[in-house]
Amino acid sequence: MSHRVLEVKRLGKNFDGIKALADFSCSLQPEEILGLIGPNGAGKTTLFNVASGFIAPDTGKILFNNNDITSAPPHRITRLGISRTFQNLRFIRQISVLDNVLLSFQDQPGEKLRNVFFNWPQCREQENSNRKEAMTLLEETGLSHKAGDPAEGLSYGQQKLLSLVCCLATRSEVLLLDEPVAGIAPERIDQILRIIRSLPEQGKSVILIEHNLDAVMQVCDRVIFMDAGRKVSEGTPEEVRNDPRVIEAYID
Amino acid sequence: MEYLIHILILICLYTILSASLNLIAGYTGLLSIAHAAFYGVGAYVAALMALHLQSSFLLNIICAIVLSGLLGALVGIPSLRIRDDYFVIVTFAFQVITFSILNNWVSFTGGPMGLPGIPQPELFGLKISSHLGFLALIGFFCVVTLLITRQIVLSPFGRVLKAIREDEVFTQAAGKNVATFKVLVFVIGAGMASLAGVMYAYYISFIDPTSFTVMESIFIISIVIIGGAGSFWGPVVGAIVLVLLPELLRFVGMPSSIAANIRQILYGGLLVAFMMWRPRGFLGEYAFQNKEARE
Repeated sequence: MSHRVLEVKRLGKNFDGIKALADFSCSLQPEEILGLIGPNGAGKTTLFNVASGFIAPDTGKILFNNNDITSAPPHRITRLGISRTFQNLRFIRQISVLDNVLLSFQDQPGEKLRNVFFNWPQCREQENSNRKEAMTLLEETGLSHKAGDPAEGLSYGQQKLLSLVCCLATRSEVLLLDEPVAGIAPERIDQILRIIRSLPEQGKSVILIEHNLDAVMQVCDRVIFMDAGRKVSEGTPEEVRNDPRVIEAYID
Repeated sequence: MEYLIHILILICLYTILSASLNLIAGYTGLLSIAHAAFYGVGAYVAALMALHLQSSFLLNIICAIVLSGLLGALVGIPSLRIRDDYFVIVTFAFQVITFSILNNWVSFTGGPMGLPGIPQPELFGLKISSHLGFLALIGFFCVVTLLITRQIVLSPFGRVLKAIREDEVFTQAAGKNVATFKVLVFVIGAGMASLAGVMYAYYISFIDPTSFTVMESIFIISIVIIGGAGSFWGPVVGAIVLVLLPELLRFVGMPSSIAANIRQILYGGLLVAFMMWRPRGFLGEYAFQNKEARE
């Protein structure tokens, strides 16, 4: 059996009697892009919220590289190497684009209070090298001309891109991307899909929630179709697309 | 001349108080009305130690900062679970409890009679007895406080504080332990406020609980808001404006009995006016508003 980066085991979560997740299991191979599709309320985002530590599941377990991370706090999960984006686009609007990326780096000595006073030359050095790395990330994604601007001034497409860049800046092994291309222009979609497609080469694995089926078919190695908190269908993009249950759900 | 120096000392005192509250409220977004409590704890620790133990000025400062810092952590911890308006109420409760203790534990704090006869501070064998000498002392501590806040807000640590103010969920997703940062910022802010308290006790040489009421907390918040929350120079500007304003009234020739009452009205009116037309204060980058309203 091949190694699994992320293993979700029989997860269950109820909200006021509504089953957001019901006995849901799945796993993620190294350097794989897994697509999650399904109607609204199928439990896709709930799965992300549980996997990133924002919601504790009622039942079940999540293993990351064979370590149990169920119910660990969000910041610890990010530090371990699972990072996520948010459907409703979260980033810090009042600080600059560059600062948003800098904020996303892990293990910064300058974030320790004692270093602020007693070790600031080293912090400054680290900060400068982080700054370079952040600029490289922004250049690669074509946001470098906006680096100094407050993040709130970005267009919607650029905001989506910034969320992705922040997620990349955590240098996580697993990225959970929640609708990275919803509601943006076609050129921008192509750009973001190219970035996602390039992630496995860098040793990263991705779970992608997306309503844009064309996008899912283009980038995913494997697709899971969810409904009412359960896995309905799983397979290659082709297989899932041709599954009568999936067709039925999408025609309804 | 003495009068002018007195005004400058007050400006320095309120700059320390508001700069420290600015770290908590302006940068981290945790509105706290417990600041006068930390201020009072500093003043009482210094006064009690100076009166009963005859301990040195510097030792008293250190003890005041440590005790106040611990209390700061105590107030900071509820902020991990309780948010916004509810957290304000928690800090309010802490403020009221502190005042009650100072006011009612007569055998220890002197109760409403206060603690008179606090000796003049002595630093490296040098007794600071003149107003000018005291201005130099508090001016020094004021500059140190400002330098420390500057070092904090310009560091990656300060970047996380601002991120917590704007979006806690994103900050957590970025791998930051929000809890640690919140508690730490309270410890620092409380420690700085107690430093101001020590200065006040030595300067006036008499303290009583009425200097550390909720009204005082609100006055410090007014300085932060009017000066500009989340701005480095905001507390300085706010302290200058709000300390000078009532003095100007005196020059207008208003009888002091009326001026004292007018002062409260003026502060209240000013605060309302700023919240309505310029919530960011003179220099601020952050406006206290309902989080939902901003989104």
